[in-house]
Amino acid sequence: MSDPNRSLQSPLGRVRGLGSAKAGTHHWILLRATSIALIALIFYPLATLLCLAVHGDYNDVVAWLHTPWAAAGVVLFLGFSFHHAALGLQDVIEDYIHCKCARPAALFLVKFGAAAFTVLGTFATLKIMLGA
Amino acid sequence: MSSQTAKKARPLSPHLQVYKPQLTSGLSIFHRITGIGLSAALPVIVLWLVAIAEGPAAYATFNDYAHSLIGRIFLFGWSWALCFHFCTGLRYLIWDTGHLLDIKSVYLTGYLALAVSTLLTVAVWFYYL
Repeated sequence: MSDPNRSLQSPLGRVRGLGSAKAGTHHWILLRATSIALIALIFYPLATLLCLAVHGDYNDVVAWLHTPWAAAGVVLFLGFSFHHAALGLQDVIEDYIHCKCARPAALFLVKFGAAAFTVLGTFATLKIMLGA
Repeated sequence: MSSQTAKKARPLSPHLQVYKPQLTSGLSIFHRITGIGLSAALPVIVLWLVAIAEGPAAYATFNDYAHSLIGRIFLFGWSWALCFHFCTGLRYLIWDTGHLLDIKSVYLTGYLALAVSTLLTVAVWFYYL
């Protein structure tokens, strides 16, 4: 009671959070599900986009992106790619980074970056599709 | 994870220094490495879309970078990483269904993945160039 080193935290508070994470199946399933979706999304939107970029010129790319199929394909590709990347990078960070401050910071940066770039890419695609 | 007293770094027995490198471990770590590389390249694809959205002038600037030597090396490396990650990824998906998990099949599919990814990369560049 008068011990100055005694923590303000209760014994229960000190052990909460330790032990098994109890969750992770959803992450595992999503990683596989996004992989399967990406099989199709790489073959159609990405491949077509790259082919047009290499063989065609600016107007060819824009003309193709005016169709809803193309725009939807590109947006889906971005969304699924960034989610797959975020999940994969989460595994990497959890495997190698153990520092108490660096770990959540890295996880946050990865997930935020993925979301931010997905939104940026979606807006760019929409602008191309709806614009001149 | 949290501890009141600072933990001394305890000695570990040698692992990476002594384990014989094998096709299985090599492909696995390269699947991870290509995954990290592809994740770093994704924002570049987004910036490319932004360049298209901003008009022909911005797109031309991006194209100049893309056609430089560094740009071509990056593009080649990226396409190889994508094909490799794709082929080894398919291998993982097959394992998730429970098939081809014996040692012989593991090595067979391993060499197959290496071969197909290389051929795919070469085919893409041959076809597109």
